[in-house]
Amino acid sequence: MSTYLDFEKPIAELETKLADMKQLAEENNVNVDVAVKTLEDKIKKLKKDTYGNLTRWQRVQLSRHADRPYTLDYIFAISDKFIELFGDRMVKDDKAMVGGFGEIEGETVMFIGQQKGRNTKQRQMRNFGMANPEGYRKALRLMKMAEKFNKPIVTFIDTPGAFPGMEAEERGQGEAIARNLKEMFMLKVPVICIIIGEGASGGALGIGIGDKVLMLENTWYSVISPESCSSILWRSWDYKEQAAEALKLTANDMLSAGLIDGIIKEPLGGAHTDPELMSKTIKKTILDTIKDLRLMNNDERYLSRIDKFSKMGVYKELQVKVKA
Amino acid sequence: MSWFTRKEKGIHTPTELKKETPDGLWYQCPQCKKIMHSREHKKNSFTCVNCNYHERIGSAEYFEILFDNNTFTEFDTNLSSGDPLEFVDTKAYPDRIVASQKKTGLKDAVRNAYGKCEGIDIVVSCMDFTFIGGSMGSVVGEKIARAIDKSLETGFPLLVISRSGGARMMEAGYSLMQMAKTSARLALLSEKKVPYISLMTDPTTGGVTASFAMLGDFNIAEPASLIGFAGPRVIRETIGKDLPEGFQSAEFVLEHGFLDFIVDRKELKNQLKDLLSMISQ
Ligand SMILES: [Zn+2]
Repeated sequence: MSTYLDFEKPIAELETKLADMKQLAEENNVNVDVAVKTLEDKIKKLKKDTYGNLTRWQRVQLSRHADRPYTLDYIFAISDKFIELFGDRMVKDDKAMVGGFGEIEGETVMFIGQQKGRNTKQRQMRNFGMANPEGYRKALRLMKMAEKFNKPIVTFIDTPGAFPGMEAEERGQGEAIARNLKEMFMLKVPVICIIIGEGASGGALGIGIGDKVLMLENTWYSVISPESCSSILWRSWDYKEQAAEALKLTANDMLSAGLIDGIIKEPLGGAHTDPELMSKTIKKTILDTIKDLRLMNNDERYLSRIDKFSKMGVYKELQVKVKA
Repeated sequence: MSWFTRKEKGIHTPTELKKETPDGLWYQCPQCKKIMHSREHKKNSFTCVNCNYHERIGSAEYFEILFDNNTFTEFDTNLSSGDPLEFVDTKAYPDRIVASQKKTGLKDAVRNAYGKCEGIDIVVSCMDFTFIGGSMGSVVGEKIARAIDKSLETGFPLLVISRSGGARMMEAGYSLMQMAKTSARLALLSEKKVPYISLMTDPTTGGVTASFAMLGDFNIAEPASLIGFAGPRVIRETIGKDLPEGFQSAEFVLEHGFLDFIVDRKELKNQLKDLLSMISQ
């Protein structure tokens, strides 16, 4: 049984009704095909209406859905072989950031991504997908290794933010993220970044400098979470819906702002409703994108990565005319 | 990210410093409460003659301190914020911008200039905290990028003076990408081996810390400045206890290995001269 979000309640009710009807029919050996068909059509229509008109906040909810596939789920589904690599070689292994070499149809790829936990124990171990500086340093170590062996890099972004703890500050959270940004611009191998859930702020960007930055359809990417934005600008936690609207944080918003390169379509109802299909779509996108990125030579590629991000921003510039 | 979480400590705008100080005007140190003559305070690079408290000054004061005879060429002076997201919270973003421009006389939270510092040509990009908490939106990102480009073009060493609460929320995704943009330009500067000095002042937090401020060849700071990624309030709320005295101070950050040195503002110009002359090719 899947978990339903508040706005999915009407769908949930109809699906329960459908299940009851089928069970009753089976127990009593009666034919209810027509009624089933009618109900199924009704559900289909309701789903289309619901998921075709999601508000920004509803997409945020979907991005955090408890059943949504996480980084390692995708890595295992996509790769034929995967060897996880641990540690930053300095402090420890950060369980909120995972990575390793995987092989997809003969193509070796360095996978890196934030990892969330599925149950209470896992969530604690994974620190809710909030990496410490050692996570960012582990990510950088693996990226450098990928470059050394000339393998493309794929990052999966899914984090409510870099961890704001005391030890994180002591070990230079700001420096760790900053260094990743700069180093990622200089990588000579193809880099693909995919936001698979939450893309919160610097913590997301810390593994987010790519030749192609893609978002799954029901994810968000912004400078702050709607909740924190609400608490700071409205001085209350109650304006998260408005904050989500104001931040324009969905895949569509980010694409039309020119801040990402593309959107990967999700199954109707979200990635969690059909993880297999979602993984297949991601796999195909990765392979196609690597192929495209290989058309450029290494220097062209990293310079155009720098160029792309250098153009981001909207401002007014008054042109002052100088008399000849 | 959290540009006004520091309100509790009181953001004192030294408005008296903005005006030409007439004789007989006094400055009271907010830390030790000692009263001194404004001229004396200014001569002391706006640090307290008694307790060495470094007043939160802006670009005009830093330019005067750093450039020989206060002579410099300011560039990219005509940039101001757009409102790409038509952002409205309790106030519309353009209204906030206009109000801040009126209050401060500035176009946005950073100014760029080049000139001679102890005879050495340098490019300086200096943030102004009085403008919406020194928050980084598209204008700040673009201007810092252009200051970096000026150094790339001229080969003059770059000094960026940070004083910022981090990202400008009202520019959301655009604001976030300024971290990437400034880092992208710094990657090029680094490849060209042009020196970059990052001076962090009170406060330097959020997306500014997590991008250009921590990417100096030399990361230096003024004494007692608050420097961190997450703001103290956020950390306190996360861990559920009070933070120890001096947590995230420049001295703390130096002890943990993330600063090259702490510089007293009165020594800044001299230190820059020595450092830059030692590494000049
Ligand atoms: Zn004092």
